[in-house]
Amino acid sequence: MNRKSLISIGDFSKEEILHVLETAKEFEQNRSQKILDGKVIACIFFEPSTRTRLSFETAVNRLGAKVIGFSDATNTSVSKGETLKDTIKMVSNYVDMIIMRHPLEGSSRYASEVASVPVVNAGDGANQHPSQTLLDLYSIQKTQGTLENLTINMVGDLKYGRTTHSLLQAMSHFNPSFIFTAPDELKMPAEYKDFLTEKGIGFTETTSLEEHLDDCDILYMTRVQQERFTDPMEYEKVKDVYRLEASMLGNVKKNMKILHPLPRVGEIDQDVDDTPYAYYFKQAENGLYVRMAIIAYLLGYR
Amino acid sequence: MEHTRKELIVSALENGTVLDHIPAENVYKALDILGLKDINSQITIGINLNSRMYGKKGIIKIADRFFKDEELNKLALIAPKGTVNIIRDFHVVEKKKLEMPAEIEGIARCMNPKCITNHQPVPTRFSVSEEKGEISLLCHYCEKKSDIKALF
Repeated sequence: MNRKSLISIGDFSKEEILHVLETAKEFEQNRSQKILDGKVIACIFFEPSTRTRLSFETAVNRLGAKVIGFSDATNTSVSKGETLKDTIKMVSNYVDMIIMRHPLEGSSRYASEVASVPVVNAGDGANQHPSQTLLDLYSIQKTQGTLENLTINMVGDLKYGRTTHSLLQAMSHFNPSFIFTAPDELKMPAEYKDFLTEKGIGFTETTSLEEHLDDCDILYMTRVQQERFTDPMEYEKVKDVYRLEASMLGNVKKNMKILHPLPRVGEIDQDVDDTPYAYYFKQAENGLYVRMAIIAYLLGYR
Repeated sequence: MEHTRKELIVSALENGTVLDHIPAENVYKALDILGLKDINSQITIGINLNSRMYGKKGIIKIADRFFKDEELNKLALIAPKGTVNIIRDFHVVEKKKLEMPAEIEGIARCMNPKCITNHQPVPTRFSVSEEKGEISLLCHYCEKKSDIKALF
């Protein structure tokens, strides 16, 4: 039996990433393919995440499998003190795959080691969320026609934002160049910059949102969260600086697209939604096809 | 060889293992890492011995015990310049340097408070890397780096 799990984006090779994206394209063209008829998949969410859970459960249903699970651990034996290991062992006995979200970092890796079926990580705390990364890649490929040689401008919380870190790792297969736009307190951590330098990938850093709007292919916006700041005055200064408005997009590249993992708060003004550069809602929809592709691939059906 | 003989005369071992060039402050940690706190073997410990090469050093002599390389190499984390002498019949029959292990299991605590290993009975696993003389431990589970303090 195929026991490959998807815990971290690094678990997939470049070839596997491209294969999953290709498969997602197929599912976008025909989004009801009952290839998993008779299978049962567990969606176990130890913390609530409506958006991700609905997307995964829709993917399972569109593939013809049945879903069991829970969306909150409070009414389960977890609240009685059951260990994660025991929960996973028990659920493994019933299903063909486990999709899980858990607030503790590393929980999904551990689950994949005790489970007898493939595990898909739907987010383990602030660590990894690989299906988000794959849907980001899918959105980039779809809007640009390629993943190769693109300039990606990442904006916002680059210090704690797991989506930017995973995307950076995944894009490193495709000869990108990066622009990191962040306030000093939330700059891209040194370990990721070292990673790029080792791979010979170029990047520039700026604190100004305006500075590199016109020379990127992808503008990857993230939320700047108040709780990340030690000094509340700093947050007040920064929160309006990183606010994208339609009026700022006059000279951007024609092919430029704005991505955002959502939910947004104030960092993209609503007037951007109607420009041809906004892609964040379509990006979320792409998540469905990508998650179908991940499930089908890990179960050996694609 | 003269040097070795003089050193070992302090409490000559008939058979056993001598761990030398351990930083003086890490001797107790070394005992801990090797699980020597609860064994019956005769153990001689020296702390703050003068060393021409390293200033102050520590030394641990364990009678009638021999270790696998994997066990000993864990000590490289706290004693990168440590050496091992294997004694049989009062003679050093083998002398080796500690080598940094690529991975360690169950001997350090992840410094990330949100890591699963700090909340559930999961043995820790780290891959070890060394950059500019600094050792860092990458958690197999939460993928965060801890520094050497994670061992203490």
